Amino acid sequence: MNIAIDMDWLLTHSPALIVAIPLLGAFITPLISKIGDSVRNAWAIFIVLLTSFFVFLLANDILTNGSVRTYVFGGNTALINNSFAVRILFEVDGMNAFIAIIAAVLAIAGIIYSWSFMKEHTGLDKYYTLVLLMIAGMFGMILTGDMFNFFVFIEITSIASCALIAFYTNKGKAVDAGFKYIVISSVGALFILLAIGILYSQYNALNMAVLAGNIQYTFLDKIAFGLLIGGLAMKAGIVPMHMWLPDAYGRAPSSVSIILVGTTLAGLYGALRMTFTVYGNSLLTATTNKGDIPLYSIIGAIIVSLAIVTILIGVLMALKESDFKRMIGFAAVGEIGYMILAVGAALLALGTTYGDKALTGGIFHIINDALDVGLLFLVAGAVYYVTKETSLNKLGGLARHMKYTTVFFVIGLFAVSGMPPLNGFASKLLIYQSTYQVNPILAIVAILCSILLLAAFVKVFHSAFLGPKISKFEGAREVPKSMLIAMGFIACFIIFFGLFPNIVINSIIEPAKDAILNYTSYIGGIIP
Amino acid sequence: MIYNIPYLAVVALILIGLYAVIFKRNLIKIVIGITLIESGVNLFLITLAYRQDSTAPIYHGTGSRLMSLPVPHALTLTSIVIGVAVLALMLSLIIHIYRHYGTLDARKIGEEKE
Repeated sequence: MNIAIDMDWLLTHSPALIVAIPLLGAFITPLISKIGDSVRNAWAIFIVLLTSFFVFLLANDILTNGSVRTYVFGGNTALINNSFAVRILFEVDGMNAFIAIIAAVLAIAGIIYSWSFMKEHTGLDKYYTLVLLMIAGMFGMILTGDMFNFFVFIEITSIASCALIAFYTNKGKAVDAGFKYIVISSVGALFILLAIGILYSQYNALNMAVLAGNIQYTFLDKIAFGLLIGGLAMKAGIVPMHMWLPDAYGRAPSSVSIILVGTTLAGLYGALRMTFTVYGNSLLTATTNKGDIPLYSIIGAIIVSLAIVTILIGVLMALKESDFKRMIGFAAVGEIGYMILAVGAALLALGTTYGDKALTGGIFHIINDALDVGLLFLVAGAVYYVTKETSLNKLGGLARHMKYTTVFFVIGLFAVSGMPPLNGFASKLLIYQSTYQVNPILAIVAILCSILLLAAFVKVFHSAFLGPKISKFEGAREVPKSMLIAMGFIACFIIFFGLFPNIVINSIIEPAKDAILNYTSYIGGIIP
Repeated sequence: MIYNIPYLAVVALILIGLYAVIFKRNLIKIVIGITLIESGVNLFLITLAYRQDSTAPIYHGTGSRLMSLPVPHALTLTSIVIGVAVLALMLSLIIHIYRHYGTLDARKIGEEKE
């Protein structure tokens, strides 16, 4: 058998393998950890790298060819005449592939970072099992093409990440954050299940593509749409439902926070998929009863107003927060606001060139936000690792002891507040330009909040890294290599994306944008 | 009208559950609320599957007879299993919270200084 056929075979089966490998790896981890700690850590890194290899293989194929790949679990033909085929589909187009790349990058960084960061803790066999389970659930949410399967993966991700948020069970606040998270995400998931039931009752189908082809936008569909978006907005942390997010991000171990960023984005991906694909047909063409206002501009206006509130609350709360990790959590809320601002503006100005640009900017910002916020969480984790302290009032003078970490923090600071040479600028500029043409006030709020975000992080830089020596931290040393490698890995992406945004936009962002606007190719991708 | 009673029960269960989750301060009551929402959703799925005079979807003997839909039954089973896992996890977190704070009142939890 020659190599070319082998690669083709791997490519065909990669959607299944991306979920199967971490799932299997997770449950073998407790056995492997009987051999030794280093073997177990290496095993977890090996599993994540193997999964990422398949993600990049699949994404490379889909983003270059612009194709839709379908993987069938079960049969393509009906068991008995006039019946239905028993099957679950995984369907991958440009958008799934794009989000899967982000998830893979974050998972690699998180798992390498864990090696040194979690070293001093006990119960690490369970920790690694849960992390791999969470990664499997995240990839499942991203790749699946079946509504009920999507619900199951949401629950797998929630259960694993809840247990990881409450990892420091000796601290009351961590357990409290975990409880908050599981309440929010299980109520959200039940909303989604109710919506799935409503859709199933009308169209007798669970497949996203089949639903998208048949959807009528009846009264019941509107209820289901509200429930779906409500449930997914809870997962993604959009403002009325954001209060779990800073707690969960702030109390979880840093290596978990960075993967949690990925699961939040998987929730956002679900919302985009439901809006643009499942409801795409009725949403992008229908008009309302009252006058000629098209439906998409009403939905766009709702999304834009939610986004503005999300940005303002996220950034203003970040400004007044004195805990390092909770502050980054609020900044993450604000950044999610930027993404949905761009999506809302794109809906308001659908069909125009700047509407198109807004969507490009929004999708580009998804990956930039994941990288920037991820890097800041890793830096906060490094500071915690050295000082055992997250309160900004007690930190100071760390630049004297930790020069690499300081450099990484400066990179993250400039990137997250959208300063020119780094990736945050590239996507935020697209968002400013396009939202200015929709309504200047939107652009003004967006720019103002970026400046406030810069102010908030400069404050952190000053109080944690600059200033006089503090005797308590006299013995502080630079963090171990594995943590530096993880931070450097993310920082490389940030610098590359900032210097060559055109390459990134042409090679991964544009295919993702085309995939999300062109719902007919997703519907056509299934085997009848 | 008589066929709508299950749907009314679904709506009642979900609303009572949501009320408990939003307004109750006791963590155990919040968990009970989530369980109520879950029962409501499961009842909804089961009700969808039922057709008048239908039997359980199991093939036996000869001849065709009206059967209820098997897919929602499968969904409900999966949902019940997931629900048990979430319930166990939430109760174990409550045990930890009680050990730390000595109370289950949501207003008194997580307010200590570090």
